[in-house]
Amino acid sequence: MVSNWTKIPPPLFKKVVIVLIDALRDDFVFGSKGKQFMPYTTQLVEKGTSYSFIAEAKPPTVTMPRIKALMTGSIPGFIDVIVNLNSPALLDDNLIWQAKTAGKRIIFYGDDTWVKLFPQHFMEYDGTTSFFVSDFTEVDDNVTRHLDRALKREDWDLLILHYLGLDHIGHMTGPNSPLVGPKLHEMDNILKKIHISLLSKEEASLPNLLVVCGDHGMSETGSHGGSSEGEVYTPLLFISSAFEKRSGPLTQPELVQQTDIASTLAVGLGLPISRNNVGNLILPVLGGKTMREQLRFVHLNGFQLSRLLQENTPAYEKDPGYEHFKTAEKSHGNWIRLYLEGNNSEILLNLGKKVLKQYLEALKTLSSSLSKQVAQYDMYSMMVGTVIIIEVLLLLLISVPKALSSQAEFEVPLSPPLFSLLFYLMCLMLCAVHVIVCTSAESLCYFCSMSWLTAVGVMMLISALMCGILSAIAKVSENSTLPLKNPVVFSSSWSEIDVVILAGTIGHVLSLGASSFIEEEHQTWYFLINTLCLMLCQELCRNNFLLKECDPQHSTTVKQTFDSIGEASEYKNIDIPAAGIGHSELGKTTSSAEFMKGSDKWISLASPWIILICCRLLRSLNQTGIQWAHRPDFGHWLTSSEHKSELSFLAAVSLFMIFFLVQRRCSLVSKIAMALGLLGVYSYRAAIGNVVFPWQHDSKDISKGITEARFVYVFVLGIVFTGTKDLLKSQVISADSSLKSTGLCEVYSGLVLLAALLFRPHNLPVLVFCLLIQTMMTKYIWRPLKFDAAQITIMHYWFGQAFFYFQGNSNGIATVDVSAGFVGLESYVEIPAIFLTAFATYAGPLLWAIHLLCYLSSEVSRNSAAVGHGCFCYVLMRSIPVAIYIVLITGLRYHLFIWSVFSPKLLYEGVHVFITAAICLFFTAMDQNHSHKVQNRK
Amino acid sequence: MKEAEIRRLLATNLLSVFTIILTAVVPSFFWDGFTVLGTHLTWLCICSVCVSTLNIILHLVLKPNQSHKRSSFAHKISRFLKCCIYFFMSCILFHAIIVLYGAPLIESVTETFLFAVLLSTFTTLQCLCMLGPNIQAWIRVFSKNGAMSIWESSLQITTICSILGAWFGAFPIPLDWDRPWQVWPISCSLGATFGYMAGLIIAPLWIHWNRKQLTYKSR
Ligand SMILES: [Zn+2]
Ligand SMILES: [Zn+2]
Repeated sequence: MVSNWTKIPPPLFKKVVIVLIDALRDDFVFGSKGKQFMPYTTQLVEKGTSYSFIAEAKPPTVTMPRIKALMTGSIPGFIDVIVNLNSPALLDDNLIWQAKTAGKRIIFYGDDTWVKLFPQHFMEYDGTTSFFVSDFTEVDDNVTRHLDRALKREDWDLLILHYLGLDHIGHMTGPNSPLVGPKLHEMDNILKKIHISLLSKEEASLPNLLVVCGDHGMSETGSHGGSSEGEVYTPLLFISSAFEKRSGPLTQPELVQQTDIASTLAVGLGLPISRNNVGNLILPVLGGKTMREQLRFVHLNGFQLSRLLQENTPAYEKDPGYEHFKTAEKSHGNWIRLYLEGNNSEILLNLGKKVLKQYLEALKTLSSSLSKQVAQYDMYSMMVGTVIIIEVLLLLLISVPKALSSQAEFEVPLSPPLFSLLFYLMCLMLCAVHVIVCTSAESLCYFCSMSWLTAVGVMMLISALMCGILSAIAKVSENSTLPLKNPVVFSSSWSEIDVVILAGTIGHVLSLGASSFIEEEHQTWYFLINTLCLMLCQELCRNNFLLKECDPQHSTTVKQTFDSIGEASEYKNIDIPAAGIGHSELGKTTSSAEFMKGSDKWISLASPWIILICCRLLRSLNQTGIQWAHRPDFGHWLTSSEHKSELSFLAAVSLFMIFFLVQRRCSLVSKIAMALGLLGVYSYRAAIGNVVFPWQHDSKDISKGITEARFVYVFVLGIVFTGTKDLLKSQVISADSSLKSTGLCEVYSGLVLLAALLFRPHNLPVLVFCLLIQTMMTKYIWRPLKFDAAQITIMHYWFGQAFFYFQGNSNGIATVDVSAGFVGLESYVEIPAIFLTAFATYAGPLLWAIHLLCYLSSEVSRNSAAVGHGCFCYVLMRSIPVAIYIVLITGLRYHLFIWSVFSPKLLYEGVHVFITAAICLFFTAMDQNHSHKVQNRK
Repeated sequence: MKEAEIRRLLATNLLSVFTIILTAVVPSFFWDGFTVLGTHLTWLCICSVCVSTLNIILHLVLKPNQSHKRSSFAHKISRFLKCCIYFFMSCILFHAIIVLYGAPLIESVTETFLFAVLLSTFTTLQCLCMLGPNIQAWIRVFSKNGAMSIWESSLQITTICSILGAWFGAFPIPLDWDRPWQVWPISCSLGATFGYMAGLIIAPLWIHWNRKQLTYKSR
């Protein structure tokens, strides 16, 4: 009897049209914007034969995973974001495949992601590339031009239209831009056309259905990917003459899941529900049918869900959803018996309603327990990766004392352990474990599916690292037994700055365990750099006012020896500056401030405060994170269309300031190139309509600004090339360190120019403040305070991290500025687009790292190992949080926020590690040159 | 001599701690609906006023630095005015630092300023009582090994503890627990208060522990 029930019922609709409007947010249809710009749709929602819902999309709210969710009813994993860039065919069971097998003819126009996902599924298609985000009209015209012809034809059953224009407008100008209204109106007209045509086609047999939905919404900044309210709530409309006319007061649309659409459409089209579907039927859409049919539909859905549960959980019988379903099935059987007996009274109807309710409850529990366990983790591969990372971190930590010594040597003692017995034993043991795990594991495992040679290579790497760690520990303990008092001196010479640095690093790493600290990580960095600035201020005060006291050996012990020396100098120094916050007495201070004279000293004292003020201003430029992201910030104010002239003025001033701050270090040719390049940046922004020239008040037609952008690229390449030439010259021909530092500075200014081109105009002040703070720090803080290379590296790293967030980035995918990847490109080209987007996103940390290299290589005369120390510290600072974060999220993999908070952060960390690796290669290249030179001199 | 002084320090510090506890408890008897969290701003005012009154009284009674020579009445007045100006300036400075740390500039100005006043009460007021409006002495006390009596050591410890308490108090603000004490500036001011109380208790103990190493030179 049961098997008979699972036979597919006939379709409910003849033709179905799905109109997917990319990035359609719920308030664009149901809110005031919808009322204003979408009159036809609003009328349908309020009075027409339609059902409206709000569909909740699961993060990541990116197009491709959302299309998968719409068509399979399952929840795609996070890895799909990365695959989003080049989508392979969808292999899972899905609606399109089912429709094709059932002989339905499908036509598709729109985003070519569909064509890639479902190759050879469509009878006719025209794909539009979705990557060129600065195009607002052509992408949609490309779809609409086929519409009239397609609507006239009779030879299709399913028509899918995917409109991209709204998403592009969102990415470029945000949800409140004046461009959104006309676009919505355009969409409204298209819906009207389709609806009228569908109505005119209707015959007696079966009604037609029009489905309007969005794949995801958009955040307040206009992008998407995260889990904010604007991004996850999309409207969902079912319009068909089969439905009852809406009457009565309009209520708030009901909330459904996006995954529910797949099963509803499957039933509507008379297709089997796809295998991995976790969604529930949206019952009102099928509500017009008889009770018997309705019960049959929900039973189909429940049957599919419980089968999926059986496949995925061994203990499925204990699942409450499964139990509910079984009881509902039983009462369904009773109901059928009564029904077949011809009992047709009110009681039967009421009983049917009860059964229906039972079914719905069962469906809900089933799909919630299914969505919880879609995530399956490949624990073995995860463990292997984690072990390698932890071993590398340990090796780095053990070699800290040696690497930071004056020779700056960092060597992994690999050769002796490579021939030891331990190494071979470990290899054998790991291989045995590998064989056992891979033969016993039932589920798919990435590491097991690799070739044997690679696997053995990985095993050897793990054991070699292990032996390396052991021998390094042995060496360290051997060394430390000889001079016992060494650690005492080490700890006593710690200054407050060291304490802050250590506490900050540890605190930041610990904070990664809490999801809200990850969401608000920018707060952590702002807090840390503020504290750092205050400590620097204190250090500067001490340095200026108590000059001779800071002798570490003496200050550790409170003994009389200190008093006699300390006392005299101390008072001499205090008396002069403290009395008046110095105007007239500047002349006298020269005696005490021997390292700096006159005004420099006061600038140096004021600079931490200026830096603090800069940071405060930057903080209110871009409000990022989750909790306070909705707060109005200066960036929004600037980007709104009423403030175009203010934005233009700010951009012009910023570009001028950038030129002023950068030009000091460059040669004349680079100066001219820089000036022309910055002019090019402004004209590029004017061409794409972000800023205006003062002489053109009427809005010119917006172009893609390709010529202007390429004009700037020429100068960027020119400057970087000159710099590289200098670097190569200093490396190969002459051992001239000044040539090297000018070369480095030129490369740096080339990168600044590139960043100026890629940053949105309202973010240009970030670049200005970055340069300003770097200049001030170099000149007035680090030179006088004489920090060692390790401290300076860590401070640079902190500022780099803070600037990452000052730029408006966050740990959610939504804030990645995809439009940076299309600056100066005619169409989507994968490698440059990825490179440009990565550069624009990580510009802050990158610029600080290159600046660090510039600074350290200019310090080489003072400390020959500076660059080596810097590189080592940079690696250490990056690997500590990454390694610990990986361990943390392995532990937290069943956390509720694993996909919405922890995974995006992991993605960011991963990309950052790649960039750091590139930076460190550059560092070592510079350092190699230096050590080479030293050897030559010997 | 030294033991007795430490005991005196302990007594005064315990008195201060007791006063702070009283400010949290006593007003609820007189005023319905008073809680430290609910009517936080009122509590901030009460606490600042009580702590400063207590400190001034203690200073007048105990005179821990008796070495000052007798001065004229006009000198005393000018000294007092100077103290007031310094206190006000320190409030402004703390306010500025808090805003630089990210507190909103315009909205909740009252909250921020009252928090700055509380911090000033815990730090600057103590310095003013102990050292007078004499910045040289302040710099001396707050540089390494600058303390010259157990009172000054205690001052160092309580000041650092209050500021550290406020610093740590900012940590829970980004957490999404939606607790009443996460509202600005409650966690910070509570942190500062607990830090101050901890400092008051730690100071005599620490001095007692390290009394061998602490050899204050006399002026
Ligand atoms: Zn999309
Ligand atoms: Zn998009």
